Amino acid sequence: MKQKGRLYFAIFVVLVFGVGWLQSWNVAFGILNMCLISAIMALGVNIQWGYAGLFNAGIMGFIALGGLSAVLISAKPVSEAWSTGGLDILGSLIISGMTVLVILHVRKKIAPPLRIWIIIAVSLIGYWLFQGLYSPAVEQIEKINPALTGYLGGLGLPIIVSWLIGGLVAAGGAWLIGRISLGLRADYLAIATLGISEIIIAIIKYEEWLTRGVKNVTGLPRPVPYEVDLIETRWFASLAEIFSANPVAMASLLVKLCYFILFLGVLAILMWLSERALKSPWGRMMRAIRDNRDAASAMGKDVTGRHLQTFVLGCAVCGIAGAMLVTLDGQLVPGSYAPLRYTFLIWVMVILGGSGNNWGSVLGGCIIWFIWIQAEPLGYALVEAVTLPFEDSYWLKHHLIENAAQTRLILMGAILLVVMRFAPKGLIPER
Amino acid sequence: MDFLNAIALFCNFVLVPATAYGAQLALGALGITVIYSILRFANFAHGELMSWGAMLTLFLTWYLQSAGIHAGPLPTALLALPVGILGTIAMALATERIVYRFYRKQRASSITFAIVSVGVMFVMAGLIRFMIGPGEQVMTDGHRFLIRAVEFKHMTGLDEGFAIKTTQVITIAVAMVMTGFLFWFLYRTRSGKAMRAFSDNEDLALLSGINPDRIVAIAWILAAILATVSGTLYGLDKSYKPFVFMQLLLPIFAAAIVGGIGQPVGAILGGFVIAYSEVLLTYAYRKFLAYLVPGDWVPEGLLQLLSTDYKFAVSFIILVVVLLIRPTGIIRGKLL
Repeated sequence: MKQKGRLYFAIFVVLVFGVGWLQSWNVAFGILNMCLISAIMALGVNIQWGYAGLFNAGIMGFIALGGLSAVLISAKPVSEAWSTGGLDILGSLIISGMTVLVILHVRKKIAPPLRIWIIIAVSLIGYWLFQGLYSPAVEQIEKINPALTGYLGGLGLPIIVSWLIGGLVAAGGAWLIGRISLGLRADYLAIATLGISEIIIAIIKYEEWLTRGVKNVTGLPRPVPYEVDLIETRWFASLAEIFSANPVAMASLLVKLCYFILFLGVLAILMWLSERALKSPWGRMMRAIRDNRDAASAMGKDVTGRHLQTFVLGCAVCGIAGAMLVTLDGQLVPGSYAPLRYTFLIWVMVILGGSGNNWGSVLGGCIIWFIWIQAEPLGYALVEAVTLPFEDSYWLKHHLIENAAQTRLILMGAILLVVMRFAPKGLIPER
Repeated sequence: MDFLNAIALFCNFVLVPATAYGAQLALGALGITVIYSILRFANFAHGELMSWGAMLTLFLTWYLQSAGIHAGPLPTALLALPVGILGTIAMALATERIVYRFYRKQRASSITFAIVSVGVMFVMAGLIRFMIGPGEQVMTDGHRFLIRAVEFKHMTGLDEGFAIKTTQVITIAVAMVMTGFLFWFLYRTRSGKAMRAFSDNEDLALLSGINPDRIVAIAWILAAILATVSGTLYGLDKSYKPFVFMQLLLPIFAAAIVGGIGQPVGAILGGFVIAYSEVLLTYAYRKFLAYLVPGDWVPEGLLQLLSTDYKFAVSFIILVVVLLIRPTGIIRGKLL
């Protein structure tokens, strides 16, 4: 089995080399970087699905939480916005938190007939106080230079810090959500998490004071040097001379290489940790719970508690990947988060790679992302070949070629269905 | 007079749109429920099945329009609907034969079914976007309004207009006919009774000679009919956009679970609960209140509980509350 896994990875490396050779090394490293991020996302899903059998259909939300933290950590603070509305916003958030706490307290302490009325009264008062602070503050903040800022901005720290924070924020969100929904049956959990991810995206999209919403935050600082700065340095000029390469292309390649090394480092750390976890007594306990939760429960294992633990860990890994994704793009585009791309595609990666096997998820992440990117030109080529007999002016031909990129969705679905049917254990099965 | 104005305003912006939306959700949730009670899994591909049906209907509508065939005051899509239904039934039965039957024979777990339905969702989403493109299409034609806002004002002398779109009336009427048909089928026909027996106790039903393949095929046919009708009605009422159906999946699931999954009555109830809460919570009450109370009592804000951007969040919050307080949904008891 080990050998088969190595063979698959070797094939993947050959494919990437092929792209480097035939298309360009810039494209190859671009794909490779996204492959690494996808691999980390797949690793996160594998922790939940492979270790514990949790069907989380809300991956997108946790990836977006990671992306949000990248903005909040690294963007320049907008001091004017902070001084006009920052405190009011914080106050309103504290009020809403307090309201929830009071309601929970009332639910515990007061007996039924009176309870519901007190809860309604408390929520109305809390809501009224919250609105009083929140709405004017939001209006103020969004009015300040809306073309450039119009939001609170971030902390102005190095963006690499946000990879850790992104993981922590996603973990915090996951803890809250897991507390609510992990008691549910498997398919209810999937629906509940699907809903939560949509809500997280809605908040990121529409709370402009926080994220600028659909106006996008662009130009986030980078953890690696900028191409323009590289070209001007002495050592780079002489390096380009040695390779006798075009300095612009080389600078962009070098930047991608830096990202590659950073991402590979993160993946290596996460892999080492997950492999350790899987082989430890904790990992064995998780598998026991997954395979027979009643028996594990009878042995005195706290099933819900362990589920919450894996849910939080997996989401944290997805949050790290989300922060890395925003770092690589240098911008947060809330409108780009779609469940097909950020939830279900990750699922295809895990199922293809082999659920329960960390190496399998990494392989699945790499291969599926590679196919996802390369299927687009292939789809065009295929559709063009099929429609070759028709005249160029024929409307159907034009229409089909226009939508050829969508064929990759069909391909992804087909991969998922074929793997589920003929190799349900994936490319590298769990040992 | 002010009181009547307030009522007209409320009907125009809350009551009628929410009822039409509720009817669409209810039909979608009925489709989820039928599949759930026979095959016992949450069908993630149902949104795309709705989209598929609406797309086929839309194609045929375009053909009919180009051939010069119209349905008079009604939208042409209603003429195309039966053929759209047939195409969707073919699609549903094909997925059952090619994909689901294998897992059914294996008695795979519900989670396996759900993951497989994600695969079906991908394939169908790709096919739909490949065939019709990801853009927005207008489905409706014929008379747009049954009562125009201006006519209503003229007729009653009120300041507030009350418009009823033709599509809203059609939605409610068709939804009533469809639910009537479904209940007649489930409770009056032999096949319907067999289906309920199968859903209630599979082994016992098999023992009494009910053919499982036939029951499952009927379930898919019913789901396809419901999906096409609800998808087409939604497309008529708003517009047809492939990605919207992915978003609709959530309120539909919520409606099915809130009402009590596996319960047809519950699905209808859930659809209306979700629709009314979405509209009521995101409606700005300022103007409504201004008619009812003296001028200086009206506060300054919009009096909107939630921004309309969070429409989808409402269905989810209701879902969570119901799952926490009453996990079986509003109507409990056996399936179907």
